[in-house]
Amino acid sequence: MTNETDLPRWEVFTQIKPGANYMHAGTIHASDKKMALQNARDTYTRRGEGTSIWVVPSDAIVASNPDDKEMFFDPSNDKIYRLPTFYVMPEGAKAI
Amino acid sequence: MEQRDDALVQSTMQSAFDRKMEQDMPIEPKDEMPEGYRKHLIRQMSQHAHSEVIGMQPEGNWITRAPSLRARQILLAKIQDECGHGLYLYSAAETLGISRAEMTEQLHTGKAKYSNIFNYPALNWADVGAIGWLVDGAAIVNQVSLQRTSYGPYSRAMVRICKEESFHQRQGYEIMSKMMCGTVAQREMAQDAMNRWWWPSLMMFGPHDSESPHTGDAFRWKIKRQSNDELRAKFIDKTVQQADVIGLTVPDKDLRWNEARGHYDHGPINWQEFYKVIGGYGPCNVQRIAHHKKVHSDGAWVRAAAEAYMTKQKLIA
Amino acid sequence: MTEQQALFKYCVRLGDNALIQSYRLAEWCSNAPMLEEDLALTNMALDMTGRAQMLLQYAGSISGEGQTSDDLAYRRSEPEYRNNLISELPDNDFAFVMVKQMFTSTFEYFLYLALMESSDKTLAAIAAKSVKEARYHMAHTSDWVVRLGDGTGESNRRAQEAVNALWPYTGELFETDDVDRLLQEKGVAANLEQIQIWWRQYVIETIPAAKLELPSDDYQHTGGRIGVHTEYLGHILSEMQYLQRAYPDAKW
Repeated sequence: MTNETDLPRWEVFTQIKPGANYMHAGTIHASDKKMALQNARDTYTRRGEGTSIWVVPSDAIVASNPDDKEMFFDPSNDKIYRLPTFYVMPEGAKAI
Repeated sequence: MEQRDDALVQSTMQSAFDRKMEQDMPIEPKDEMPEGYRKHLIRQMSQHAHSEVIGMQPEGNWITRAPSLRARQILLAKIQDECGHGLYLYSAAETLGISRAEMTEQLHTGKAKYSNIFNYPALNWADVGAIGWLVDGAAIVNQVSLQRTSYGPYSRAMVRICKEESFHQRQGYEIMSKMMCGTVAQREMAQDAMNRWWWPSLMMFGPHDSESPHTGDAFRWKIKRQSNDELRAKFIDKTVQQADVIGLTVPDKDLRWNEARGHYDHGPINWQEFYKVIGGYGPCNVQRIAHHKKVHSDGAWVRAAAEAYMTKQKLIA
Repeated sequence: MTEQQALFKYCVRLGDNALIQSYRLAEWCSNAPMLEEDLALTNMALDMTGRAQMLLQYAGSISGEGQTSDDLAYRRSEPEYRNNLISELPDNDFAFVMVKQMFTSTFEYFLYLALMESSDKTLAAIAAKSVKEARYHMAHTSDWVVRLGDGTGESNRRAQEAVNALWPYTGELFETDDVDRLLQEKGVAANLEQIQIWWRQYVIETIPAAKLELPSDDYQHTGGRIGVHTEYLGHILSEMQYLQRAYPDAKW
């Protein structure tokens, strides 16, 4: 029987090119910040898919609950006035 | 009264899950899911992860003997990918509430399995080619299909893995093709490797559909999308042609094209051997697990040191 | 010795160091204490195999005999290798490989930093690539040396044993011979005396930070520069060269 527990888990986010959004790549285990960054680099950017990395302790991630999906997200579904296509532009107007 | 509530919760949960299944929506870690689904996934994903990691050993057997600098680079990069893929899959499985340490322990006690194919030895350099071409070739057929599996983290890991594995099969085929263009001794090595890896590769797809115990649940839960026999046929059809191009003989005298089915018919698979190897009596079962156990226990003091250092740093901060 | 002959020897020396280190690092594949570290060690091995290939290829191109990088890597005998002895030493445990790579990567970082200014354009280009790799290797291994030294009693003991065992092999890194002197005059090679100063400064800061001590005994091994190696190199070569030697007519 092992009593061993895993080293802490970290979520890895990589930026594929400068200016792009950071995307979730996966997770790794590491005991400190430096190790977390290095492990993330060796695990998720072996093919040059990264210009920058974020690592976040997994227990620092707060996720919305699937049960709250309706309460959380449905109210924004009918706010079509947030979309540019909602507005009627006079004919002939350019670059708007 | 309490019991009825439980039953109610159970049925609401079940129906939310069923609805997602019906609509082909992915299941995510925080979603409610039937216990059977969770267990099935843990079993399959941890087996998949263990296979990647144990699979490093037969090819690893040739790293120090790789015959050129280019060959060493390619082989190292490939085995390193297997390691990475094991890691992606453990990570995905962890979202189901099992730790990597627990999965490792299950591997060591024999509760969790890994792909049977890695219980065969890599005996000559062409075996490295055969593993890439045939074993990875078979694995890719399976994995491409798994990209559409219903569990989100598993599916995302498979997408990444498939993208990365695209070079694995090609490098294996390149080795085979180079050896078939080489000296007599090289051609003999290549055919010898082909003879030993062909049938175990076909076994990788598992028992025939009529005999596969888990197929029912796996299909209902959309974990598995295509049957063992369908996937096996896909593999045979493309591989026979590739063998032909480089002059390798497929070691099956019953192999012939069936116009009506649109697939090759193949000779009987030796399932007795398959179950014998699964049962622990393959050429390398003992060796593979012993290696994994030794590495894990040899590394225990390193992991303990990292943890101790972490604790000290927290006390300082 | 002409400048060309000296340059050939110099590139073989650098190339052999990368080649033999990459061999030892590659042995860690499927043997590391955790998967993440397995990836890290093989990444280092890959960096060094690539470096060996570039340096030996360049050496072959200036020898006048037209050897390929594989000819040089796989068809020479022990006395023709010019790597430092430290690269040959077998890794007894994880502390050993981390301390070893910290010593050598730190050396390589300063060496290639200097070689970026080399008057030889090819060497300068190889150095520009290598310096980035070495800098990462140096950071990665130094961080581990600190974790091990300042971890548990056992990890401290193992790290200290590694420091003690490896220290007598560090002096050789900075040995200067006729090849160095000739090429330094031409602005091709790096000044190893200067590199030793930088190296010592880094090591002298890192070792105590890791709660470890530098040995007071200053005995140093030597031999790599003239092809007199440890017993370990012969075993490395018999394994590494096995296919090339057993099937001399084959192409792989």
